[in-house]
Amino acid sequence: MPTDVNKGVAPSSKPKFWNDPDKRAMLFQVLMILAIVGFFYYVINNALTNLDNRGITTGFGFLSQAAGFDILLTLVPFDSSYSFGRTFIVGLLNTLLVSFLGIILATLLGFVMGVARLSHNWLVAKVAAVYIETFRNIPLLLQIFFWYVAVLQTLPSPRQSIELGAGSFLNIRGLYIPSPVFESGFSAVVIALVATIIGIVFLVRWNHKRQDATGKYFPVGWASLALLIVVPGLVFLLAGSPLSWDYPELRGFNFRGGTTIIPELIALLLALTIYTGTFIAETVRAGILAVSHGQTEAAHALGLSNSRTLRLVVIPQAMRVIIPPLTSQHLNLIKNSSLATAIGYPDLVSVFMGTTLNQTGQAIEIIFMTMAVYLTINLLVSLFMNWYNKRVALVER
Amino acid sequence: MKKIASVAALSAIAVGMSTAAQAEGTLDAVKDKGFVQCGVSTGLPGFSNPDEKGNWQGMDVDVCRAIAAAVLGDASKVKYIPLTAKERFTALQSGEIDVLSRNTTWTQTRDTTLGLNFAGVNYYDGQGFLVSKNLGVKSAKELDGAAVCIQSGTTTELNLSDYFKLNNMQFDPIVFDTSDQTVKGFEAGRCDVLTSDQSQLYALRIKLADPSSAMVLPEVISKEPLGPVVRQGDDQWFNIVKWSLNAMINAEELGLSSANVDSMKESSDNPSIKRLIGLEGPKGEGLGLADDWGYQIVKQVGNYGEVFERNVGAGSPLGIERGINALWNQGGFLYAPPMR
Repeated sequence: MPTDVNKGVAPSSKPKFWNDPDKRAMLFQVLMILAIVGFFYYVINNALTNLDNRGITTGFGFLSQAAGFDILLTLVPFDSSYSFGRTFIVGLLNTLLVSFLGIILATLLGFVMGVARLSHNWLVAKVAAVYIETFRNIPLLLQIFFWYVAVLQTLPSPRQSIELGAGSFLNIRGLYIPSPVFESGFSAVVIALVATIIGIVFLVRWNHKRQDATGKYFPVGWASLALLIVVPGLVFLLAGSPLSWDYPELRGFNFRGGTTIIPELIALLLALTIYTGTFIAETVRAGILAVSHGQTEAAHALGLSNSRTLRLVVIPQAMRVIIPPLTSQHLNLIKNSSLATAIGYPDLVSVFMGTTLNQTGQAIEIIFMTMAVYLTINLLVSLFMNWYNKRVALVER
Repeated sequence: MKKIASVAALSAIAVGMSTAAQAEGTLDAVKDKGFVQCGVSTGLPGFSNPDEKGNWQGMDVDVCRAIAAAVLGDASKVKYIPLTAKERFTALQSGEIDVLSRNTTWTQTRDTTLGLNFAGVNYYDGQGFLVSKNLGVKSAKELDGAAVCIQSGTTTELNLSDYFKLNNMQFDPIVFDTSDQTVKGFEAGRCDVLTSDQSQLYALRIKLADPSSAMVLPEVISKEPLGPVVRQGDDQWFNIVKWSLNAMINAEELGLSSANVDSMKESSDNPSIKRLIGLEGPKGEGLGLADDWGYQIVKQVGNYGEVFERNVGAGSPLGIERGINALWNQGGFLYAPPMR
């Protein structure tokens, strides 16, 4: 009878909770969380107890003590009277400096080389292939030493500097270039520059709309370039050239004045750019090859030139494939910048995890802070790239 | 996977900490292992440097050998662990080494906040400057604006900043991890000046392609008492290291050397000598060592004077004068408490 069947299906009493898969799963999750919390409590407590037993000072109080040592390259004011906390900032900024420049240069180099390797020009394709296969297969640390020891340390001493013209000098202590000194009235030039850029944005939009509506095309690239030079240039001249240069000159042992680009930065930047550039080139090549050849043929059939086919049809589709692995390469570059310590570039690892750690002896705190910094930087870069990837991803309709 | 890896890493740290903490009796641990683990430099002639056969030699190495002779009766039972200046304290704190004998300056911060104890001074040093002769510099006061090569993680870095600040001079610090790198940077011309402890400067000058092209400036800008270091909290081991060093200094004062220690053992009536050799007096009981520990040090390693002459003095390429490292009764600072 139907009623009997219903009774058999719906049990009269609740099942035991260990027979209910949902509750059982919950129980194991709670146990797992307890185990993890307990484990971390044990580990941290154990470490603190042992540190205390051995009379090793702990805590973050050291960050406000005077550092007492100097650093070669500082983007913010620093001398030995500043605190250990300030050395953290100095090291962090130096890491960010080399990472930022490295990411931009490596991406540019990688795109050029990746496209070049697919070129129909035999020479261009082979040059790109040789570059990629050579530098991709030599360890990064060796490349850093190569640039630093074999190339930059063979430069002449300050008194025999190579003169590069325009007040620039190159010697074993680095590249010395004039630095601009902004005088009053220069702000007008900056305002003019910003205004021009905003104008160009509108020009580009107007051009797009007009092209969509009428099919007429205005050479917006050349026009923007001309505007960018002429407008701020005129304002600069009208304001009475409010800019002078601070030239480096040989005083005593070294050049003083101007801007110094230390050889450690040059070597590290060269090595990181050239090494990471090879991986980005291969990523770009893979992305372009992933776009079906039919797309190129269709674009050609529509009468688009080779360069416009690449720029308007192939690259936008290739970006979907390129961006995720490109993000990984950027993250690798940031992490690899910590090899700076091998040649004495004052990055976070060298300054903070090196000198500061040694002068204070607070290994656990400092290593924790340093790891947290790399984690944070890389997560932020990842977030940004994921956001960008979403923007360029193909919207399926 | 990530979680497993991080849990594994953390538990490794935790286990490492707890085993090191349990190894309270360094003496027993050393006796069980059969050798002393000694932290030395990565290569500094005269202090700790491997010779062409790979045997470690130097003032600091002889401290390790003296400890091994006292504890195990055999000066060769030492395992040398080369450490950079940056690595040294962590290696000692974590129990990787039993004693750090690596031209390490005794300072208040290091003695009081790192959980370490300095067991004495085996070389009184001071910081100086090495410059190329063709710079024409005669005094450290003329170094305004110079690029200076330094080894990172040393007291040298701090003294240098103090000195230039005090004299209103500017400098560019070029910081490297090892002393070898600082020498290479100096030779290549990356820096005008190499700064370090004076004894090191003499030692590093030998490593230059042309040692006569460089000179050490006369100024000494700091006090650098160098000595062996042990972990805090193990007084027995601390005492052993301290008295191994004292035995070498006392032996020189008593005229006891590796050459005459056997005959003195037979014939000497001097009670001080008899106590050092272990025939009378406190012997090895308080230290937990064999009675002849002092004899073994003098026989196998020699007295302080022998060690000095052999490694850094007239009998070595460094040719450093005894100067302030002479015995107290010969115009120096070396003064060991009596063994009685």
